[in-house]
Amino acid sequence: MAMVSINGEDRALDGPDDTVLLWGLRDMAGLTGTKYGCGTGLCGACTVHVDGKAVKSCQITVGEVAGSSVTTIEGLDANGDHPVQVAWREANVPQCGFCQSGQIMQAASLLAENPRPTDEQILQGMSDNICRCGCYERIVSAVRLAATGA
Amino acid sequence: MLHMMEHAIASAPARKAPGLTFAKVSRRNFLQGSAAVFAVAAFASEADAFARYKTGGDFMPHGLRYDPHLFVSIDADGTVTLVAHRSEMGTGSRTSLPMVLADEMGADWSMVEIVQAPGDEPKYGNQDTDGSRSLRHHIQSMRQMGASVRHMLASAAAKKWGVDASAVTVGVHEVSAGSNKAGFGELAADAMNEAVPAFEDLSFRDESQFRYIGKGNVPITDLHDITTGKAMYGADVMVDGMKVAVIARPPVVGARPVSYDASDAWNVPGVEHIMGLPISMPPAKFAPLGGIAVVASNTDAAIKGRDALRIEWGPSPHDSYNSDAYMAAMREESRKPGKVFRAEGDAAAAFAGAAKVFGQEYTQAHMAHAAMEPPAAVVSVANGKAEVWAPVQSPYGTRGDVAGALGMDIADVTVNVTLLGGGFGRKSKCDFVLEAALLSQKLGTPVKVQWTREDDIQNGFNHTVSCERVEVAMDAGNKVVGWRHNSVAPSILSTFAPDSGHQFFIESGMGHVDIPFEIPNLSVENGKAMAHARIGWFRSVSNIPRAWAVQSFVSELAHEMGRDELEMQLELIGSDRKLDPPSQGFPDNFWDYGEVYDEYPIDTMRLKNVLKLAAEKGGWGRAMPKGEGLGLAVHRSFVTYVAACAHVKVMDDGRVTVPEIHMAVDCGFAANPERIRSQMEGAAVQGMTLALHSAVTYENGAAVQSNYHDYQMVRSDNFPNRVHTHVVPHPFSVHASGVGEPGVPPVAPAIANAIFHATGKRIRDIPFGEFI
Repeated sequence: MAMVSINGEDRALDGPDDTVLLWGLRDMAGLTGTKYGCGTGLCGACTVHVDGKAVKSCQITVGEVAGSSVTTIEGLDANGDHPVQVAWREANVPQCGFCQSGQIMQAASLLAENPRPTDEQILQGMSDNICRCGCYERIVSAVRLAATGA
Repeated sequence: MLHMMEHAIASAPARKAPGLTFAKVSRRNFLQGSAAVFAVAAFASEADAFARYKTGGDFMPHGLRYDPHLFVSIDADGTVTLVAHRSEMGTGSRTSLPMVLADEMGADWSMVEIVQAPGDEPKYGNQDTDGSRSLRHHIQSMRQMGASVRHMLASAAAKKWGVDASAVTVGVHEVSAGSNKAGFGELAADAMNEAVPAFEDLSFRDESQFRYIGKGNVPITDLHDITTGKAMYGADVMVDGMKVAVIARPPVVGARPVSYDASDAWNVPGVEHIMGLPISMPPAKFAPLGGIAVVASNTDAAIKGRDALRIEWGPSPHDSYNSDAYMAAMREESRKPGKVFRAEGDAAAAFAGAAKVFGQEYTQAHMAHAAMEPPAAVVSVANGKAEVWAPVQSPYGTRGDVAGALGMDIADVTVNVTLLGGGFGRKSKCDFVLEAALLSQKLGTPVKVQWTREDDIQNGFNHTVSCERVEVAMDAGNKVVGWRHNSVAPSILSTFAPDSGHQFFIESGMGHVDIPFEIPNLSVENGKAMAHARIGWFRSVSNIPRAWAVQSFVSELAHEMGRDELEMQLELIGSDRKLDPPSQGFPDNFWDYGEVYDEYPIDTMRLKNVLKLAAEKGGWGRAMPKGEGLGLAVHRSFVTYVAACAHVKVMDDGRVTVPEIHMAVDCGFAANPERIRSQMEGAAVQGMTLALHSAVTYENGAAVQSNYHDYQMVRSDNFPNRVHTHVVPHPFSVHASGVGEPGVPPVAPAIANAIFHATGKRIRDIPFGEFI
């Protein structure tokens, strides 16, 4: 059983230490905003922050994040009003919405590291996250909007 | 689509819709009728506000509903709760349909809440969310129910205040007469007890008074929940006592496990049960493939347990399915005469007497849907009842199938519809729900079945594989006088009925027999191809290979003849007219997407118009820098017309990029232009993905690809960077059609035609890779 700080709260995850963090979050912590899309780190639907940085939660175990601080989409902002979330709503980005938690977490991490990314940095920085509905143009616009306000 | 499959199996041809007439109700009629007693705020002009027309919705199972009590409730505090009865998979119908009702009713959108209907077609009418039908079939009933509630509110207010109904005005979320004023909430109880007016007695808003319809100013219903992680999809459902199952399914359809060793699986902490599921062999509709299920206390353990199984699979008659050899055989087949589906004029004579014959073959590989949400469902079977939570496109069809699989009465099954994390046709097929239902029944606990991405790519219901051969005969004056199109592809029908190797009327209605070219002699044929994998429908279905073939061919033909492509295509389409299927050799069972043909005819003027629009906006004809090119394509599907003008830039290393694409769409009346745009943006991306990447290939009967590393998607580092959507404006009288699917088919040929102009390289097979 691993003790992990999730969204600012210490949680005991009731499973073996080699439990994949994604499933620890979903099945053990009940935080279903983080999605399973591929299990192999190829789609980004499961992106969360570990100590502030984007990590694919299907590629890390609960044991590996013991003592770390994990942030999921549910904890990105207490009111759901992180600038990236606000920009996402402004641009009416989602279609089906399933990949969007991961996209938002990736974008928030990208902007935390580089508050004024160039368009090329946005395109490259978001390229680990697949959107099968094809919302990329709006995703890029929303990241730019969150960064610059325009 | 499902009901069509069942129909196709149950009966045979003759699917001509009966000739139905409908009373045209004009504004003049309203004013003369009893509706005139209400001076509803909607009255504005003398134009026909809403003349009802016939759609295929009436022929769908359980048809349409018009009673607002089924869809609308108003609380005393004014909250208006509207029922969304169609499944939301990203097209926005869960927003757009209630929005139509709310606007017509006079509701303030900020006071509207949406609830999702369970699978209950006897109550809500048809719920099969497929075929780009939601707006097309339901926009009229939504308007009618909205207008009904508005009238009922006015009527209740008139009685309450003791005034003549003609003095009552219904504003936005408010009703007034002189100094009397009341919110919708105050009148709700009385209003909902008023009789529901007949259609003929209703007044409708003039289009100039729409606040939301046609405006694109309403954010999608689930926007906040999606952006905060609260939106609920299939796998997000948690039920007390629930177990999670992950299943090892046969790699080759129909193969049975000869033996298996589960010792390592049992060593995974959390694994609780390992059990066999009966193997099915197509045609088995949506019966689960069967296999070995590992049931655990959590998903992590279930996946690890499943992956630890060592299974020896027995033989299957489909073991010899190898994609390369199969494609070669399809090419051969396409060059032979096929079964003739449409014959107009005398194609044989035209080819025999031709001064020149030109032909090419175009192929497409199998595709997997690969929605971001892999199939997942929760079922709880207890006390003779079953409750389902699942992301399904056909909730009532699912309910019937679950009842059948469990041996229950359909009344004892409830299907709760979650959001769908993408559908694309995959979630029309409820095999994953049936797996959970069977396991729950067996174990006596609620069960979630979770498909992994590998399961999704390897064990789904593929888009078919195809070879389309197109040939034209030209006379001495270089005029095209003969057309032959032989489509060879295993049929979706093989999933439902013994495989004849031939396609059926739905597939042939998608860009095959309905070819809109004004050529005097046509032979539209279908060569034989037996299915060796489960074939299902994928967004846009047969329109993808048909548009790929025909629109690539037109470009090639123009080059061959030294003609401009736009000019050549406009000439092939010919005069402004509506095709006349009975006199043009169409089959008796010609399928116009389930519509009454005269209401949604093949209109060449609209087809040419979107082509010209896309060409103009994309700057067709302008000189392009080296390595860059423009490409055109146009296709009518799902009774919507879409053209694409792609701008391709091929990089020095051969990488294909699409800096921009112009999409011109004519979908009749545009109810929600904002979601039309998002569908065109998505279609451009999915079209580029299928052009560059999408192939599931088979070796010895088993799928080779397994996840996003070898079944790739277009990503943000190389996608159509700017999608310009041009919506052809129409009044409500031009019947609204759908946009979920029609954007996809023209994209791949537009990109490939642009590559030709950029590089001189002609591509005839998709996918063709990111680098050429």
